[in-house]
Amino acid sequence: MTETVNGKSSEPKAAIELRGITKKFGAVVANNNIDLSVRRGEILALLGENGSGKTTLMNMLSGIYHPDSGSVFIDGNRVVINSPEDAKKLGIGMIHQHFKLVEVLTAADNIAMGADERSLFLTRKRFEKTSEICKKYGLNVDMEKYVYNMSVSEKQSLEIAKVLYYGARILILDEPTAVLTPQETKHLFEILRSMRDQGCAIIIITHKLNEVLEISDRVTILRKGESVATVETKNTNATELTELMVGRKVSLEIERPKVKVGANLLHVHHLTIESCDGVEVISNVSFDLSEGEILGVAGIAGSGQKELCEAIAGLHPIKKGAILYKDENIERKTPRELIQLGISMSFIPEDRLGMGLAASLDITDNMMLKNYSQNGRTPFVDRKTAADTAGRVVDSLEIVTPSINTPVRRLSGGNVQKVLLGREIEANPKVLITAYPVRGLDINSSYTIYNQLNKQKQNGAGILFIGEDLDVMLELCDRIMVLCQGRVSGIVKASETTKEQLGLMMTQVSESEVEKNAG
Amino acid sequence: MPDNPNGGAFVPIKAKEPPFRVVKRAELPLNRLMVFYAISILVAVIIGGLFITINGVNPFSYFKEVFSGCFRSGVAFRGLVRIIVPLLMVSLGVAVAFKMRYWNIGAEGQLIMGAVFATWASRLLPNLPAPAILLIMAVAGIIGGGLWGLLTAFFKCRFNTNETLFTLMLNYVAFYIVDYLRNGPWQADPGFPGIGRLAANSRLPQLFRLDISWIVAIVLVFVIYVYFQYTKQGYEISVVGDSISTARYAGMNVNRIIMRTMFMSAGICGLAGMLKVSGVVSNYTLDTGIASGVGFTAISVAWLAKLNPFGIFVVAFLFGVLEKGCSVAESTFQLSAAITQILQGLILFTILGSDFFIRYRLQRTGKRGEVK
Repeated sequence: MTETVNGKSSEPKAAIELRGITKKFGAVVANNNIDLSVRRGEILALLGENGSGKTTLMNMLSGIYHPDSGSVFIDGNRVVINSPEDAKKLGIGMIHQHFKLVEVLTAADNIAMGADERSLFLTRKRFEKTSEICKKYGLNVDMEKYVYNMSVSEKQSLEIAKVLYYGARILILDEPTAVLTPQETKHLFEILRSMRDQGCAIIIITHKLNEVLEISDRVTILRKGESVATVETKNTNATELTELMVGRKVSLEIERPKVKVGANLLHVHHLTIESCDGVEVISNVSFDLSEGEILGVAGIAGSGQKELCEAIAGLHPIKKGAILYKDENIERKTPRELIQLGISMSFIPEDRLGMGLAASLDITDNMMLKNYSQNGRTPFVDRKTAADTAGRVVDSLEIVTPSINTPVRRLSGGNVQKVLLGREIEANPKVLITAYPVRGLDINSSYTIYNQLNKQKQNGAGILFIGEDLDVMLELCDRIMVLCQGRVSGIVKASETTKEQLGLMMTQVSESEVEKNAG
Repeated sequence: MPDNPNGGAFVPIKAKEPPFRVVKRAELPLNRLMVFYAISILVAVIIGGLFITINGVNPFSYFKEVFSGCFRSGVAFRGLVRIIVPLLMVSLGVAVAFKMRYWNIGAEGQLIMGAVFATWASRLLPNLPAPAILLIMAVAGIIGGGLWGLLTAFFKCRFNTNETLFTLMLNYVAFYIVDYLRNGPWQADPGFPGIGRLAANSRLPQLFRLDISWIVAIVLVFVIYVYFQYTKQGYEISVVGDSISTARYAGMNVNRIIMRTMFMSAGICGLAGMLKVSGVVSNYTLDTGIASGVGFTAISVAWLAKLNPFGIFVVAFLFGVLEKGCSVAESTFQLSAAITQILQGLILFTILGSDFFIRYRLQRTGKRGEVK
């Protein structure tokens, strides 16, 4: 049952083509009649807001879901992808947002595990064979290294090497740059270009418009589960793409309202923190946060940001130093007391659910997570107030949900995140610590979040903004503190610095250490 | 087969689709849900009927006997209620722990310890008036069962022990404590293992010729419902059950919640033990058979009802009907007890299986997906 597409003869045959793909989850239409095609030697960017169906669509290509209707063509032949196994055989490789690697195995074994070679023993040869692939595409992976010793970017390179080893000629990357530093992103793009030049077809999902414009040849835009347009990258610009994605005009300027900086709120004094494994992750960090300012914290992922947030929220023990809130040491306070003092912490982890939300509870119940005990001595919870809050948050952040009684785990990643941020902002905290608030959020939602943060700042809150997108931080924050391997490599005024300078400060220590070791 | 170096055409996989595909359903409204459960029970009865037929008994008269074995007379119905009450209470008890994702499979032992403590109280205070001693016994039962459960929670919080193993093992300890007592300090007749009947003041009063434990059980259904649905503690249980790190983040004292909840879960089982030992059903006697597997059946009941107290009431009732009715039918038709158990297993299996069809549906593939 193999049919040939009668496409226009002038165009080269598409490496992969989707026609009229529809996918429903219960009553929710995730994908509606989507058309999309990628040629060999081309990079296609897939752009769309949260919940517009990008990941669903790509999961159908990799055999995780099956379309309710519609067809997939590979090199002009209609195929049915019933399982990830089928996708592998068809040469489709997907790099998921969350890496699918076994931490306790070496890089080579992670690859050998899924390879089709049927032999009883693992031989030394696997290291050479897997290294060859890396050489061919300029991937920087040490095949004998264990995954738990790898940095995020190494893990990603390994994922790419893995699918290439399995023979993938169609590569799908779901938000690959979300966890990378600018330098690492640049390197990833070089790899992608080299793969393109060798005839691969690449689909990349990303929210960052500058990256779309930099790397892609064409852009397909999804909106509310439908493909609204496909444009040539060279004929478009960020404003047009945003309009297509959101469906109306959106300003791409981030405001930085001038607010008179008030009294000191938080004073972190020579703080040293150890991780749960006893490794020093924050070393001798000092900074101040005042009313009416946004202090950005830049740094490579895993530079101690998580522990810093948790320490301020009272969830992680302090090794040395002190944290003062309005000149009062908070070390001995319980998390609940800190919440009542008005210190709010929202950390968006890579999986977006780890902390801060109870996934199986509905939006209403999640709204009262932190203040359910604050309605006096009654043994009963006040669900009515929580439902009101839920309604407001859903409206103001445009959360896509069937109702406020929907369990949070049923929402798409971006919407889950909005529930969390909405709750924290709604509580009008004095100190708002927010880590990666826009991680994986679409443009429109990101700007809503920025506006909300600015509003809080104008109301006199002090905001600690732990971020990853330097462009955004340069526009939004008043000051930026750069962390590098748990140390402060500098605190600079956002208006007086550049992206390059920040990038250098982020890696400064590690590079000097490399030199030290080499010398 | 590493890499496909020439980048040429791939051998296309034949576009063959399986005839059906599993598709997730939208959430069903309650009335459709009921239809599903009704169908699954019907299917279970049909399969069970076939099985009965193979054993040479007319399935219609068998099921008629099952039904009339429960409802034909006041005596039959009271027998049914006596089976249901402990099962219902213990199911509610384990549901409290399950809601927190705490795998309490030690209800059996907790029930026994509740009964032991209640008996102890009764033996210590033989001369109190009935209402006072019964109240003291109830408290003793709750404490006895509760401590038996709290022990596992304490070790869980302190040393992160596995509660599944711990609660399970304590069942045996409790069982042999009773064995020791009936052969040792509490032995009634020398040379014969057994603890004497409770004194008259320690026996439950009757209402409608049933001891009042059934009232306690029904009240408890409502209490647990309100507790889960509307109280702060119930809310805390849900959050801890969902994610411990989220609970900590919200400022909850997770260890305290785990211990409190487990005390409550086990305490309810202990109360069930107290009610059983001071009721007709045990002949007012503490013996090793006091729990008789209720603690394990309760696990199925709680999960089948998805931890909903009213659901637990319905499921416990149906389980009671099965148990009582089948035992009557078993003796009427002189079938072996094993056949009853197989039948119960079949019914359980079908109902659990129907859950799949409630969450997913099979979709025919084919024509709709074709290209034109």
